Amino acid sequence: MAQTITQKIFARAANRKFVDPGQSVWLNVDVLLTHDVCGPPTFDIFKQEFGPNAKVWDPSKVVVLPDHYIFTANEHAHRNIDLLRQFAAEQGLPNYYDVGTDRYRGVCHVALAEEGFNLPGTVLFGTDSHTCTSGAFGMFGSGIGNTDAAFILGTGKLWEKVPDSMKFTFEGQMPDYLTAKDLILQILGDITTDGATYRAMEFDGEAVYSLPIDERMTLCNMAIEAGGMNGIIAADAVTEAFVKTRTSKPYEIFHSDPDAQYHSMYRYNVEQMEPVVAQPHSPDNRATVRSVAGTPITKSYIGSCTGGKLTDFRLAAKILKGKKVSVTTNIVPATVLVASQLETEMYDGQTLRHIFEEAGCSIALPSCAACLGGPSDTVGRSVDNDVVVSTTNRNFPGRMGSKFAGVYLASPLTAAASAVTGKLTDPRDFL
Amino acid sequence: MDTIIQGKAYVLGKNIDTDQIIPAEHLVYSLSDPEEVKMYGKYALSGVPIDQAGLPEGGVPFVEEGDFASPYSIIVAGPNFGCGSSREHAPFALKVAGAKAIIAESYARIFYRNCVDGGFVIPFETPQPLNKSIMTGDELSLDMENNRLTNLTQNITYELRPLGDVVNIVQAGGIFEYARKNDLMASSEA
Repeated sequence: MAQTITQKIFARAANRKFVDPGQSVWLNVDVLLTHDVCGPPTFDIFKQEFGPNAKVWDPSKVVVLPDHYIFTANEHAHRNIDLLRQFAAEQGLPNYYDVGTDRYRGVCHVALAEEGFNLPGTVLFGTDSHTCTSGAFGMFGSGIGNTDAAFILGTGKLWEKVPDSMKFTFEGQMPDYLTAKDLILQILGDITTDGATYRAMEFDGEAVYSLPIDERMTLCNMAIEAGGMNGIIAADAVTEAFVKTRTSKPYEIFHSDPDAQYHSMYRYNVEQMEPVVAQPHSPDNRATVRSVAGTPITKSYIGSCTGGKLTDFRLAAKILKGKKVSVTTNIVPATVLVASQLETEMYDGQTLRHIFEEAGCSIALPSCAACLGGPSDTVGRSVDNDVVVSTTNRNFPGRMGSKFAGVYLASPLTAAASAVTGKLTDPRDFL
Repeated sequence: MDTIIQGKAYVLGKNIDTDQIIPAEHLVYSLSDPEEVKMYGKYALSGVPIDQAGLPEGGVPFVEEGDFASPYSIIVAGPNFGCGSSREHAPFALKVAGAKAIIAESYARIFYRNCVDGGFVIPFETPQPLNKSIMTGDELSLDMENNRLTNLTQNITYELRPLGDVVNIVQAGGIFEYARKNDLMASSEA
């Protein structure tokens, strides 16, 4: 019986030959991810339900990456880090990446990949909606709440409904003005914020496979913005090359059968696509950058699990080299590794960091920072009637801080071009 | 599980995301310390733009300034309620504020799971939009056994979608209670 890649991964994790969409199955979980916002309440529920001296099902499969509220004076936020540290010590968790030490990594979805936890064919659940990012490695990754996470901590299992799959095929050669962010914003405009609810979003086509792994992560990252259970791209040589330099753990590569059934199929030719933004206040409120060009902005923000990876900064540097920004521009590398790459990666004879500093950007320490607003002292947090162009993933009212601010979600190229002019600007004007 | 829930309606629009339900800056509070838990009641639905808060007229906060609980116990909304982040603090905040049930056209997956598995609020789906006909402040009666909603103020009854498979988890009060009843946690009891 023909199956999609997501069905095959479900079948493997449920010890079955095949599974049908709509059927609820119990999955054996390969990795559980949590962070400083949802870790402490998850651990509370775990102790309450399994007993104060209970042990997690498998300490090697629990990954704790604090990343949300790190560089803040907020005492409650500090207490949450203390609670993570305490639980990791009690349970002897080898994969805890403590704040203030050289183990600190930064944004969990990006660090998870860097640390070799993303393996084709595996099942990852995380207490963060952007856990779907890891689907870029040909695996199942999905967000859950604290109660479900506590259940996994004790049992290593979770029930999940096998999703229907939607297929998005991108053909053609990627033009230099287009990024993975433009592709996913295009899809969101087409299917809207609940267009994939409870479904798998499978990405395919030569344009997708021409993307580096961090761009594929951007594509899968925003599956949740369409309500998707997961985003997924079958692993290829690029994936394997990335994984093999980071871990020697075994993995299994799955592909959708050619005759697998899909809920729906969409085809795009990237050569005919344009840079787009999502206008306030919804990720599906798409417009071409050309059609809204000239809209004044007050801030540009380049960061997060969506838009704070090495390729995002390489692209931004292409535009910002030798230019000055005319609005506050925050560069927030997702992880410590990405931050170090800003020092070593060169574009046109200069390091990325040098290019950003010369342009007048302010470079922050790696964390989720203002992507989700955060405590009042968070770097880049929107205030009053700010109009922000941002490489992040959500622009619902108040998402980046102020309820009165407007956020335009955009590619790093568009965010950089707009930073220079102080107005929404199509990156083709600079390329 | 109560079979009838009666209370005042609080009406919202579509795509009410988790940042509107509980803005991220408040996620620092403990979900177990009784004093801090109150803060989730205080800030429940505080991120909804005021003109969209308490439809049809708007301008009605879910929780009054200075209060920690809401006078409204049934939330009525359009499609895609609870979209956005995975934060379980969202259904938790609604429960702390006093909400018992939500009647929406559809839900985002993680929010729906959190409502059911955590046993916080009961997420009913309605086949037709009700957030245009029901008004904030209307007295509603929700008959859980018969999946029926009566607007006592306007004297109209609506059929709701049955909860389906998850009714067992809802009736048990959450995934842990359900799992214990069905021996799903036997191997890992501490």
